[in-house]
Amino acid sequence: MNSVAIETAGLVKTFGANRAVDGVDLTIPAGTVYGLLGPNGAGKTTTVKMLATLLRPDGGEAHVFGHDVVREADAVRSRVSLTGQYASVDEDLTGTENLVLLARLTGHGKKAAYGRAAQLLDAFGLSDAAARQVKNYSGGMRRRIDIAASILNTPELLFLDEPTTGLDPRSRNQVWDIVRAVVAHGTTVLLTTQYLDEADHLASRIAVIDDGRVIAEGTKGELKASVGAGSVHVRLRDAGQRADAAQVLRVALDAEVKTEADPVALTARVGNGEGGDSGERDDKGAAEKAARALAELARAGITVDNFSLGQPSLDEVFLALTGAPTHDAKDTAHAAGTAHAAEKEEAQA
Amino acid sequence: MSTATTPTEDRDLAPVSTESLAELLIAGDRPPRPSALAASLTFGWRAMLKIKHVPEQLFDVTAFPIMMVLMYTYLFGGALAGSPGEYIQYLLPGILVMSVVMITMYTGVSVNTDIEKGVFDRFRTLPIWRPSVMVGYLLGDALRYAIASVVMLTVGIILGFRPDGGVLGVLGGVLLLLVFSFAFSWVWTMFGLLLRTEKSVMGVSMMVIFPLTFLSDIFVKPETMPGWLQAFVNNNPITHLASAVRELMAGTGPGSSLVWALGWVVLLVAVFGPVTMRLYNRK
Repeated sequence: MNSVAIETAGLVKTFGANRAVDGVDLTIPAGTVYGLLGPNGAGKTTTVKMLATLLRPDGGEAHVFGHDVVREADAVRSRVSLTGQYASVDEDLTGTENLVLLARLTGHGKKAAYGRAAQLLDAFGLSDAAARQVKNYSGGMRRRIDIAASILNTPELLFLDEPTTGLDPRSRNQVWDIVRAVVAHGTTVLLTTQYLDEADHLASRIAVIDDGRVIAEGTKGELKASVGAGSVHVRLRDAGQRADAAQVLRVALDAEVKTEADPVALTARVGNGEGGDSGERDDKGAAEKAARALAELARAGITVDNFSLGQPSLDEVFLALTGAPTHDAKDTAHAAGTAHAAEKEEAQA
Repeated sequence: MSTATTPTEDRDLAPVSTESLAELLIAGDRPPRPSALAASLTFGWRAMLKIKHVPEQLFDVTAFPIMMVLMYTYLFGGALAGSPGEYIQYLLPGILVMSVVMITMYTGVSVNTDIEKGVFDRFRTLPIWRPSVMVGYLLGDALRYAIASVVMLTVGIILGFRPDGGVLGVLGGVLLLLVFSFAFSWVWTMFGLLLRTEKSVMGVSMMVIFPLTFLSDIFVKPETMPGWLQAFVNNNPITHLASAVRELMAGTGPGSSLVWALGWVVLLVAVFGPVTMRLYNRK
């Protein structure tokens, strides 16, 4: 058994003048879930397509279980499976027909193919929909048939390209359960996602990718520690008190406070806990700081309706890693903040 | 719309059984990869299933050919051969060739629409004989061409077409037409992969099909045409094919046109097969 599933060195793919993937180095251990995290257009899908032999790299090298993705494409193909962003099944065919088709193409005889299809449909809770065309499936069902098609032949490496984008929370949790079951069996999973939350739940190591480059790589704890523990979200009863509250939070948390479009909402980023270098201790530090900030708000006579301590969002990860937010929503928030500062003086008078 | 039904369906969805899933994963033993023929036939089966689920798509191999036979027999019959009954003896094999060759361009359209969908990516990550996906399309289409041929011959016989070549001659003609169409379709698979939209595939196909089919000996004998046009018509692969089919059905063949037609078959596959596969691998 090879202990490294994927190894890339200086992987490059260009589309015209656009360097979609611009020198990606990855080492992905076998038997784990590895998360590739980044916004739309970061180069995640292009990277996966090169690793799955769908795109030919323009530069660099990539090996899957020691096989070169260009020179030994067939050896790679016999070990991997890909579930793309859009359903990689034939929408005109029924659930059974899709699975039988793929089972036949992977070398199963007719009888074995139908048997395997029935077993998979059963395990994925799709038996009732087996005879229906996939185009009539719901989003959650499509994902399931898609993943069922991908594990039909027990791949050693499964690529899941944004498997939960567009799914409701319940279907998303079920996809997560499937991924956990697949990994428990020993299959390596390379997961791309836009959600830190998803990478956090499933992946043991994460690479953050932006503009075709890996800008951070490490375990979940390492990554979180570099970003900070997250954000405090506060909803006030009285919109007029927002400027006061912002001031209190700014002092108590020693952090920048953003006013949201909602006139009673505020968000503050919580910095690293004192001396903490692991993810766990950071969370604790953040919770303590947040509790202290709430007490300060109460002392200032500001009524808080609702409060939550959130994980760092992908925006915040990017802010911390690149020094620039993924979009410029920040400026408008600032403008709103100044307007409210004027109201504050009136209220105090 | 499927989106409207989504919430209820998801709520009713049976849970995923992770236990049986685990069993399945462990039980999964890898059979040897399928042979080139088995993979191609499996893709051909996929094409049949698509016909089964969307039977309306057979419209172009049933209604369209009937229209072609009726239209041209009665439009030109009186003027060109004295009577429609006389003309159909000459026209039918040619119009059969024209209709089926025109229908072949839908191969390019279906390749092009499939690329847009994720299923194409899945096929390309399978360790199978690479051309089998394309061969599968063509096998499915061969069935459509056979349906079109039967429909047109039936209509023709009702209108008074009496082939002297008998059943064997007619079967031979149809078989040659199917073989040629299979080879000719590689041109369309190439365009299907090369062009970006379904509309451009249609547009380019029309540009190729119209001169090829009309500037042939399908409607009239080339003798009355100006010399430069005769030069084109006499070397047009569709002329060779139509002449060969006509000779087979009339029981006067097989002559040199049959050899020419088969030569075109070999040439088309030898040129456009590799080009298609090169595009397919790079897509």
